[in-house]
Parts: sequence; C-alpha cells; structure tokens
Amino acid sequence: MIVLITSILAITLRAGTSLVYATIGEIYTERSGILNLGLEGMMLMGAVTSFATVYYTGSLALAVLAAMFVGMILSSIHAFLSITMRANQVVSGLSITLFGTGFASFLGQRLGPAENGKYLIGLIGEKFTPIAIPGLSGVPLIGAFFNQDLLTYITYLIIPIAWFYMYKTKNGLNLRAVGDNPQTADAMGIDVLKTRYLYTILGGMLVALGGAHLSLAYAPGWTENITGGRGWIVIALVIFSMWNPSRAIWGALLFGGINAVQFRLQASGTDIPASFLNMLPYLATIIALVVMTWIEKYNKKIGAPGALATSYMRGEK
Amino acid sequence: MRIIFEKRNTISKKAIVLVPVASFLVSLFLTGILLVIFKTNPFKTYASMFMGAFGSWMNFTETLVKAIPLMLTGVGVGLAFRLRFWNIGAEGQLVFGGVAAAWVALYWSPFIPAWMVLPVAMAAGMIAGALWAGIPAVLKVALSVDETLVSLMLNYVAIMIAQGLYYGPWIDPDGFGFPGTKIFPQSAWLTRFSGRAHYGLFFAVIIGFIMWVVLNRTKWGFELKMIGRNPRAASVMGVKIGRNIIIALLVSGSISGLAGVFEVTAISHRLQQGLSMGYGYTAIIVAWMAQLNPVASLFVAVLMAGLLVGGDQVQMMMGLPAAMGLVLQGMILFPMLAGSLFTDFRLKVITRKEEAAV
Repeated sequence: MIVLITSILAITLRAGTSLVYATIGEIYTERSGILNLGLEGMMLMGAVTSFATVYYTGSLALAVLAAMFVGMILSSIHAFLSITMRANQVVSGLSITLFGTGFASFLGQRLGPAENGKYLIGLIGEKFTPIAIPGLSGVPLIGAFFNQDLLTYITYLIIPIAWFYMYKTKNGLNLRAVGDNPQTADAMGIDVLKTRYLYTILGGMLVALGGAHLSLAYAPGWTENITGGRGWIVIALVIFSMWNPSRAIWGALLFGGINAVQFRLQASGTDIPASFLNMLPYLATIIALVVMTWIEKYNKKIGAPGALATSYMRGEK
Repeated sequence: MRIIFEKRNTISKKAIVLVPVASFLVSLFLTGILLVIFKTNPFKTYASMFMGAFGSWMNFTETLVKAIPLMLTGVGVGLAFRLRFWNIGAEGQLVFGGVAAAWVALYWSPFIPAWMVLPVAMAAGMIAGALWAGIPAVLKVALSVDETLVSLMLNYVAIMIAQGLYYGPWIDPDGFGFPGTKIFPQSAWLTRFSGRAHYGLFFAVIIGFIMWVVLNRTKWGFELKMIGRNPRAASVMGVKIGRNIIIALLVSGSISGLAGVFEVTAISHRLQQGLSMGYGYTAIIVAWMAQLNPVASLFVAVLMAGLLVGGDQVQMMMGLPAAMGLVLQGMILFPMLAGSLFTDFRLKVITRKEEAAV
C-alpha cells in the first residue's frame, strides 16, 4: 500500500510540475494587473519548440531556453496589445491561445526531418530523466519527492523564492501595488507600464517552461494538443491559490494527483469508462472554481488584484 | 508638441470597416513572412488556398459546409460577447447539441412521424446547447463564477460525454468496434442542395438577420447594448442584468447547439469522432472580426471557412500543413486588437500653444 501511494505521489509531482511553473508565471502576471488567457497557446508553443530544439541539438538546456524565448515573444505581444494598445485583455489572451494552438500544430508538421514527412510526431529525443537522490529516494512516501527530474527539483526552489520575492522585497511590494491600485502606484513613483511589461513577460517565460516540461519530461516527444487544456486549468489554479505563489503547490498537487490516479486506474484496467476518468480534471476545475468564488463572496479576503484586467492610462479614471 | 489619444464620442464608422480589412491584410503579410522563412512561395500558397476555397462551385460548396457551423457559432458567441460575457464554450454547446440530435435520431425516430424527426432533433439540439451555455450563465449570475473558465471546461466535458457514448452504450453493434453510432434513419437526414452543402445554410442566414433585427430594433436588444456598455448605468435605469444575461446565453447556446445538429444530421449522419473540429473557437475570431454584428458574421464566417478549406487544399497540393489556415486565422486578431484603439480613440497632435491654453 505504502509503495502504491509513494508511486502515485511520485507521478503526481511529475504531472504537477508543468502546472507549478505555469501557475507561478500567471500569478506574477495577474499580480501586475494583466490577465493573460494565452497560457494554453504559450504552453503548446513552449512544448513544440523545446522538443524540436532538443531533437536537433540534443541539448536540454538549449531546449529550455528556446521555450522561454518563445514564451517571451508571445507574452510581449500580449503585453503590447493590452498595455500599450489597451486592447481588451480577455480577447487578446484568447487570440494568443488561438494563434499558439494553430502555430504549434503547424510547426509540429513542419519542423520534423524530411524522412519523417517533416512531422515531429513520433520522434524520440533527449529527455529529463528522474535522478534518484541517494539515501532519500528509498524512504517510503518522502522518497517520492527525491526521485524526480531536474525541472521538478527546481520547482522546490522556485516556489519559496517566488513567495519571498513577492512578499518580502521592495520589488514585490511595487508589483502588488501596481496590480491593486495603479493610480496610487503611479503617484508613489512606480512606473506602472514598465512593471506590467516586465511581469507579463516574466510570467510568459515561466508558462512556456511549464509547456517544455511536458514535451521534455512528462510525456517526452510531441503530440498534437499535448497540453490537453492544462493552460486553462492553470488559470483556475491561480484563483485556487489566491494569487499567492506558496499556495501554487496545492492546486498543482491536486490536479497532478487527479492525473496520477487516472493513470493508475487506467493501467489497472478498471470498469469505469475512460471518458469519465478523462473528464475528472475539467469537472474538478469547475467545482474548485465555484468553491473558491463562494469563499470569496462570503469572506472577501481572497487576494484578487484590484485592477486585474483593466488598462491604465495616466490622468484617466 | 506631443501626440495623445483622445476618446471618441462615437465609434468611428470608417474604422469599423477599415480595421478588419486591414487586419486581414496584415495577417496575410505576416504569415507570408513565415512562409518565406519555411522556403515556400507565399503568393503561390495564397493563390492555391484561394482556388481551393473559391475556385470552383464544388470547392465553394465545401467552403459553405464549414461556413454554416461558423456562421451559427459566430452569431451565438457574438451575442454573448455583446454583454461582455466571455462565452468560449461554443465548441461544447455545438457538441452537446449534436449529441442530443443523435439521441433523437437514433432512439426517438421509431416512435414519431417521419416528418417530425428533424424538427424534434433540432429542438432537442437547441435545448441541449442552451443548457450547456446556461450552466456558466447561472453560475456567473448567482455566484459571479468566472464564465471564461467554466464555459471552456464544459467543452472538454461535452466532448468526453460524446466519446463515452459512441465508444460505449451507443456504439454501432455492427460497426466492428469502430467508434461511432449506427447511421441515422433517412428521416433524420437534412437535405443537401449541392455537394455536401445543406439547407442548414438558410437557417444560419435567417438567424443572422433575425438577430440583427432583435439587437438593433427591439427594446431587448437595446437593453443588451446598455448592459454591454455600462452595466452600472443599465442597472440604475432598471434593466435586470442577471435575467438578461441568462436569457441571452440560453439563446446563444441554442444557436451553437443548432450548429451541432446540422453537423450530425447533414454531414456525418451519425455521431462519431470529429464532431469537435474547433468551429467553436474559430467562432471567437468570426464574432470579433465582424465587430459582433450578426449579419457581418455571416460573411466573415465564409471567409474563415475559406481559410480552413484552403488550408486543406495546400496540404494536398503543396504538402504544407493544413494548420496553415489556423495560423492565418490566429494572426488576424492581433492587428484587429491593436486597431480597436483607433475605433475608440483618435490620435491628436497637441501643439505647445494648445497645451498652454489647457
């Protein structure tokens, strides 16, 4: 039993890693007052570019950088449209997702080698493999945390750092001020537009890195729609974690856990129809969302940035 | 001297037409650059796409086949967007509508007169679509749950329900395990007038025009406009916001549901894999490019369908990925959004003298 739980926990952490990166990225973006619904597209683009990079260069480091670069480009488009051009952020984010989905599919059929009909699907490349930490990986339960790939280990560091930066540094204070009340932040001498650009782009880089974990570690290789809606689930996870990076872990564990249980049940040949199991993450997202909104309604302290999804122009109310 | 943006009192009429057209051209240009990077001749590609979509009557009927669901979902999504209700669940509403129509066609048709099968299937599909859109609407109105996420998640749920049915209890017993239901009885087939193009087209066009009249010539349409522009002011004027959102979403969902009915009764004649083709997502582009005008949506839908059919064409003719059409579509919204600044604002050059006067 303990062995089974340890193995489910290990899969949970693996499945949750991409969610942790993307959730923290989107928390930073939303904390600056910018809502980016382009996550699904950015994760897909991160996944396809990182896999293509690792296939041709064999370098995982380059693959990760390539994903982050693509995340930077796409989130800059969103930043430009929603900050400078003051476009509707919902529609701008949606268009990033629509474009990213289409373009990732295009690249997946174009970047591959000629002998595979230029398809990336079905190819095998380098991948992040679990590194067992001697002495710790054998311990029941706890061991699950110490038999993971490098990108998962990095999340153990990123979560506390992201929390510390947001709540304990001056930059973090400024970030929260910009997202909560840009007029006051401006009066305090903070450059609202620059701050928003910075964290929208930083967030986009982390989101794309989450996508890279899918194609480099969780399900190595490229398949159409490899994210399966994770980009959208992350937007719910941001609400679930009340815009606090330290809580990003719980949502990611819950949804990673649903994935893991699903995986286990399917492998053991259960009577429950596969389509019902596959429905679970999406149903759980809706339920989590309703519960969180309920809590917010009766207990106001949930932490949504005051100026989320509104554009800012000096001298305008 | 400096340049500022000044808010327009009325939305610029010229910009409303110019911005979408310019956006389409910019999208062609940007995608063209992409094609050059991939060592493909953009002019040849576009010519081949255009011929594939509009080059002959047969090709054009295929474009119409894809345009019909885009028209309906585009009008449906546009109605919700008018209220700033971000319904991105048209895909699920379409699929659920298709499931309901399949249910009627497979399990009710023996018990009702043949001429009634299609109307009942259409009604069932519209109710199913309305129900699917009603869930996020009620959650939004009652608890202010974010409608974007709920409507999107329900897309996946609807697709899984459909899969569960045609892999499970509804699977064709004589289908050798092929995932799909039996072929519907003939009474549940919607007539095609040419090629695969079917009479759903007339429903789509009529609904587009009716919706235009409702939005622009009725009291209800006026109330919806007020809610979209300024919900607080609308509420002060006595407009019931919650009730209007729910009604509008039921209508929006039923129109998308009808698209699903046509897909199964006119195109596939059974419920099977491939009902979810992404029309519900392209509908967002249709609605936004048509500036939420239902009649304009009809024309934009034909254009977007042309991009999809043209994309399939370049795959066959030039070995380019069919996703080409999706890339072109995805590119359109960026310049559109940037351009919307010019419909709502005007550039104004302020000279130093004027600035001093202020």
